[in-house]
Amino acid sequence: MSVKDYIRERFFPHMWCPGCGHGVVLNAMIRAVESLGMSKNEIVMVSGIGCSARISGYVDFHSMHTIHGRALAFATGIKMSRPELNVIVPMGDGDALAIGGNHFLHAARRNIEMTAIVMNNRIYGMTGGQFSPLSGYAAAASTAPYGNIDHGFDIAKLSEAAGATFVARTTTYHVHELSRLIRDAILHEGFSVLEVLTQCPTYFGRYNRAGDAPEMMETYKNRTVAVGSEKKNQDPELIERGVFVKKELPEYCREYEKVIEKNQQKQT
Amino acid sequence: MQGTVKFIQGNEVCVEAALYAGLEFFAGYPITPSTEIAEAMSARLPQIGGRFLQMEDEIASICAIIGASLTGRKVMTATSGPGFSLMQEALGYAVMTEIPCVIVDVQRGGPSTGLPTHVGQGDFNQARYGTHGDHAIVALTASNHQDMFAITVEAFNIAEIFRTPVILLFDEVTGHMREKVVIPEKDEIALVDRLRTSVESGVDYHPYLPREDGRLPMSDFGGVHRYNVTGLYHDMWGFPSDDPKIVYGLIRHLMDKIQNYAGKMTFFRQDYIEDAHTVLVSYGAAARSARHLVENRRKRGERLGLLELQTLWPFPGDVVRKVCKNADYIVVVELNTGQVIREVKLAVDRPERVYLANRIDGQLISPTDIQNILRLLHGKGV
Repeated sequence: MSVKDYIRERFFPHMWCPGCGHGVVLNAMIRAVESLGMSKNEIVMVSGIGCSARISGYVDFHSMHTIHGRALAFATGIKMSRPELNVIVPMGDGDALAIGGNHFLHAARRNIEMTAIVMNNRIYGMTGGQFSPLSGYAAAASTAPYGNIDHGFDIAKLSEAAGATFVARTTTYHVHELSRLIRDAILHEGFSVLEVLTQCPTYFGRYNRAGDAPEMMETYKNRTVAVGSEKKNQDPELIERGVFVKKELPEYCREYEKVIEKNQQKQT
Repeated sequence: MQGTVKFIQGNEVCVEAALYAGLEFFAGYPITPSTEIAEAMSARLPQIGGRFLQMEDEIASICAIIGASLTGRKVMTATSGPGFSLMQEALGYAVMTEIPCVIVDVQRGGPSTGLPTHVGQGDFNQARYGTHGDHAIVALTASNHQDMFAITVEAFNIAEIFRTPVILLFDEVTGHMREKVVIPEKDEIALVDRLRTSVESGVDYHPYLPREDGRLPMSDFGGVHRYNVTGLYHDMWGFPSDDPKIVYGLIRHLMDKIQNYAGKMTFFRQDYIEDAHTVLVSYGAAARSARHLVENRRKRGERLGLLELQTLWPFPGDVVRKVCKNADYIVVVELNTGQVIREVKLAVDRPERVYLANRIDGQLISPTDIQNILRLLHGKGV
């Protein structure tokens, strides 16, 4: 099938700014789904609020555009109710880790089989460039005119500590890796987190003099290295890409099925 | 009535009724005085192949049930005042997206953490006005276990028929009190399932195009129709739109589907109204004391009547006006500084006849408390 078979064409052109990385993620996601050969009816996409959240409206899956930060909570209800569905949750960094931080931690702790794609552009785009929990120390934003004094999270370390059983990171520059990691995340039987460094030239790029979209993607190319690379030892500032965690632990829906199996006969 | 006789807590009655109504999915977060509902659900649901989830907070709980409802399940969550406050945004989402769900609020004293183990009836206004924007809402209540059973089943039916969240506003006293309840036989109370679309796979399905009677046939998530659900104003396919015609049409639909059918969801009890010169208007636990007083004083020839509300929203103003038409005194009995009294005053012809009998100290109002107010009103002194 062609990419067009997976999108709702009448909603294009999309509403993202020129140069935005979210379209790259959308493209990679569709290619991942296609390579898996899944039926569109098997896929549910749940998003929260923000630029990234609009992705759910553009794809021809069962789609739900919910309230800010709560996408994983809605998704948990869907997955628990119909465990046979593949639930993908695209989120922005603010959506996932500011307002939705608690739901993120607990979804990881439960190890419920869902794919959380955190599109990290280090800024609140839809509301006009305020700093996010991922902006990082000294970043400029419309609500940090004198420089941000908040420290950022490391999404990968946070996810691992919370109990996610698949944790990976890549960027919009590394498109083939991006598509492959989305595929691996969907296939993983447990809670999977994929952080995608994605450029927001309109706000983050402009406020922080990071250049236009190609320049920001060049930075992703030059400032990231594969996990375990020697270069990281020489330059600790480099950001690692690839799979950080991949392990097997009991999955939540399957564990609950066991509870049902054990107790269904005992009905009074 | 045939059925199984039980002697249980009100919270347990609510659980029995929800399961009777066909509940399959419950998500919640423990909070006094509603906790026994979650506890009983965790034991009962796996036995019938249903699912119980203890979420990380009340916000997650209501979000999870909305998600589960979209896949075709009958769903419920239960909480108390502070938790109900947290649920307001998602409650608005359920209104906007027209996803059936039942939210139980076993009321306690407020505001804030207030009085966790004591009774209050302060969430009447929150039920109606808690979430932002204009919308209609359904809120029901009951004062005794048998009514609680029936009204809980009714809540599920209304949620499924009108694709709307329905709020059950119980209170600490009815929730924790134990009394007899008869669980009806299967099929004794009619149950309603949401309308499913008859549109076939591959044919354009409009999830948000109401039929003439206001009902919207649904397609379960995971089924053959892939559509979009959003809390934004949306067109008949469920896609965001800010077209003034679409925005106007949707808000009118959300209001009208409840207001035009308010009669179908108006429940109340009226006793000794015919010749009553004083009508007590009450609901929930407070109505038990009001009923006791009315029955007691009737035996002594006092012309007291009782209107017990079971539907709180949409407020049954027509019923109140009709019942109170000939009364010289209308006394609203409730456990707050006066929330329902405002609606009663709006409903009756001469609001100056409406008085309040209340308690706001976490204690249930007693028949004597009400009697004292009546003696003052009737010029007899206390």
